[in-house]
Amino acid sequence: MQPVLDVENLRKSFSGVPALRNGRFRLEHGSVHALCGGNGAGKSTFLTIVMGIQARDGGTISRNGKPVSFTSPADALANGIAMVEQELSPVPAMSVAENIWLGREPVGFLGRIDFATMNKRSQDLLDGFGFGIRAETLMMDLTVAQTQLVEIAKALSFDAEVIILDEPTSALGEAEAEQLFRAIRALRENGRAVIYVSHRLSEIFSICDSYTVFRDGEFVQDGAISDIDKEELIRLIVGRSLNEEFVKENTPGTEKVLEVEALSADRGVSGIGFTAHKGEILGIYGLMGSGRTEILDRLFGLSTTHGGQIRIGGTEARILSPKDAIALGIAYVTEDRKGSGLVLSGSVRDNLCLTTLERVSNLGVMSAAREREAAARMIGELSIKTASDALGVSSLSGGNQQKVVLGKWFLTAPRILLLDEPTRGVDVGAKREIYRVMSDFARAGGTVLMVSSETDELLGMADRVIVLKDGRMTGELGRSELSAEKLLHLAV
Amino acid sequence: MDVTKTGAGGQGAVQLIQKYGIILALLLCCAVLTVISDNFLTMRNILNVLRQTSINGILAIGMTFVILTRGIDLSVGSVVALAGVVAASFATTSASFIPGAPWPAAAAILIGVLVGMACGGVSGVFVSRFGVPAFVATLGMLSAARGLTLLYSGGRPIPALTPEFRWIGTGSAFGIPIPIFLLLGVFVVAHLVLTQTRFGRHVYAVGGNPHAAKVSGLPVMRIRLMVYVISGALAALAGMILAARTGSALPQAGTAYELDAIAAVVIGGTSLAGGVGRVSGTLIGALLIGVVNNGLDLLGVESYYQQVIKGALIVAAVMLDRSRNKQE
Repeated sequence: MQPVLDVENLRKSFSGVPALRNGRFRLEHGSVHALCGGNGAGKSTFLTIVMGIQARDGGTISRNGKPVSFTSPADALANGIAMVEQELSPVPAMSVAENIWLGREPVGFLGRIDFATMNKRSQDLLDGFGFGIRAETLMMDLTVAQTQLVEIAKALSFDAEVIILDEPTSALGEAEAEQLFRAIRALRENGRAVIYVSHRLSEIFSICDSYTVFRDGEFVQDGAISDIDKEELIRLIVGRSLNEEFVKENTPGTEKVLEVEALSADRGVSGIGFTAHKGEILGIYGLMGSGRTEILDRLFGLSTTHGGQIRIGGTEARILSPKDAIALGIAYVTEDRKGSGLVLSGSVRDNLCLTTLERVSNLGVMSAAREREAAARMIGELSIKTASDALGVSSLSGGNQQKVVLGKWFLTAPRILLLDEPTRGVDVGAKREIYRVMSDFARAGGTVLMVSSETDELLGMADRVIVLKDGRMTGELGRSELSAEKLLHLAV
Repeated sequence: MDVTKTGAGGQGAVQLIQKYGIILALLLCCAVLTVISDNFLTMRNILNVLRQTSINGILAIGMTFVILTRGIDLSVGSVVALAGVVAASFATTSASFIPGAPWPAAAAILIGVLVGMACGGVSGVFVSRFGVPAFVATLGMLSAARGLTLLYSGGRPIPALTPEFRWIGTGSAFGIPIPIFLLLGVFVVAHLVLTQTRFGRHVYAVGGNPHAAKVSGLPVMRIRLMVYVISGALAALAGMILAARTGSALPQAGTAYELDAIAAVVIGGTSLAGGVGRVSGTLIGALLIGVVNNGLDLLGVESYYQQVIKGALIVAAVMLDRSRNKQE
């Protein structure tokens, strides 16, 4: 049988700089195929060409053996290729069925929309793949994972044979991701082919059949997932061998830095109590909505007090605003880098100096020299890859953006670092650098609280993990007793 | 290779136009008017344009602060009138209900500015503290301030302002009208505040990403409040210049002034999405509007056409801005 999609020697340059030199990809019927590569590997360029968003400079794309060339996503869709974007854009106030058939609504007498037919067709589609969603539900009442499933259903309604999923789990918790994986398996059983793009290697190993690796705009290798292990895949993606995925050189001390007792937070989180020590990385695990972020928000003064005690260095702390928290030596790298971490319209320097404007100004007047000096220090210490500190922060890769957020906080010389999903959307190479920064901070006597949905990350980095479920603590595991099964068992 | 080079060259020209488009447009207008009208490039006319621009310029500079934080201030036209009549009531020699009037001009001006700040403060509190959308809060103030103006003045103009008070509108120094100095002063201070001070950084950060600003420990609520107070104060200043120039404060003064102010800000390249923009752009935007109005007057174009042309100018400027953002 012909491959459902066969791409050979795809090339694309932007103003003379090659973004993709030798794009090769062979997708078989009924397979889930991982497209792997760091930032700048050429994955996005590859996908935008396949979807007809950009024109290629050279190379061939064959669909079931026939050469094709798409000039728009609609064109690609008409030829059975659909992409579910990383950031979804449904019409929230419309129903699932209306979203699926948007612009193609079946019409009856006098152009009236035939809701019955539309709902029935949608429901058949959703049920056929076991998505478990009612077609009449409003989009705004769905979870992120369900919204993705609707996007997939929409692709299927076009009879798409090839479905591209770009970082589909970046906004999902583990349980939700499992629901998505079930859907992907259902697609495979129906003979559809899936291109799966993700930085999360554990996911690739759990649901993909084959892989293709791009690096620096070139095809590196492809093969069956069963023939490769994680270390080898990382080596292919990064281009050098990372002996260890994680960097952990800290040893927790005994001095109590942060003590939390019977703390309540937003969304019904209550009865939280733990102690974090000097030099310790304390992990916080739980499913989406279990109250992980709410605890960090409370510790940082982003939500109001609901009762409970916070002691820092043995003294009772009243934290009512981020300003209070910063004064107490707390720093917070939020989950949503673009939403609440960076001012995307600002430069790297503007963003680095945002938390310490008092220190780089005199009586309210900014000192350009001190700003530059502070920015240069962080760019050096965290090896942020940027041509200049005056460059817009939006032009940096995800990993470097995350380092800018970390740099902004390190300038405040914090004692306690709150990290919410610190490596989300960051490629394997930059991940390791972030683990190094985390480890160095703890080794120098800092205390880290790290929320993560990735059990691997917690097993690799945390000295101790507290587990949450529905806003309550369900357990605490020391490093020696940590395992993915135990974490998941306590969380569900 | 040749193709890429030509492409890059063409792109360069496009970028140049986009970057300096407003200045180029201003220079082009001036050049054309110089050629086709003998009256344009005369000292008298230039000073006239600048004086006419001063009121909209001052309003637009205040508006720039608000728009930089993702807000909008629709109330400035009404604040122009309210501050004008209140200040005038303290500076009039005609029978007045203010005991001891006329007061010294400085006191009247101070009272006017305080009135403007109070209006801005009320809008600002609704926006920052109660989360009312800026459009709605200032739309309310637009109506309320106009109503207060009519109540305060009884719907009648307040005439016979003292010569000292009128100086801010009609006086001159070194042959240059005082309103032009006031505009320049406001511009320089606003420019320095936005580019050189911590508060300026706060304004850009809040506009660029309010969540990130909050998480970074910035006093977001206070910053949001402050920009409306600034806008109110500058609207009051503009209102008093207007009253001083005409010699009496009219309760219907300043109607629809907010539209020209917003137009100047937008033409000047400040993004309505916040976080991006400069007061220098706003000043040039205001000058462009002033020059276009003046030129059309000189050419004897009917004022109805002028409005149509101004409308086209605003949309064209924003289109230019959109294509620039898209490229980035």
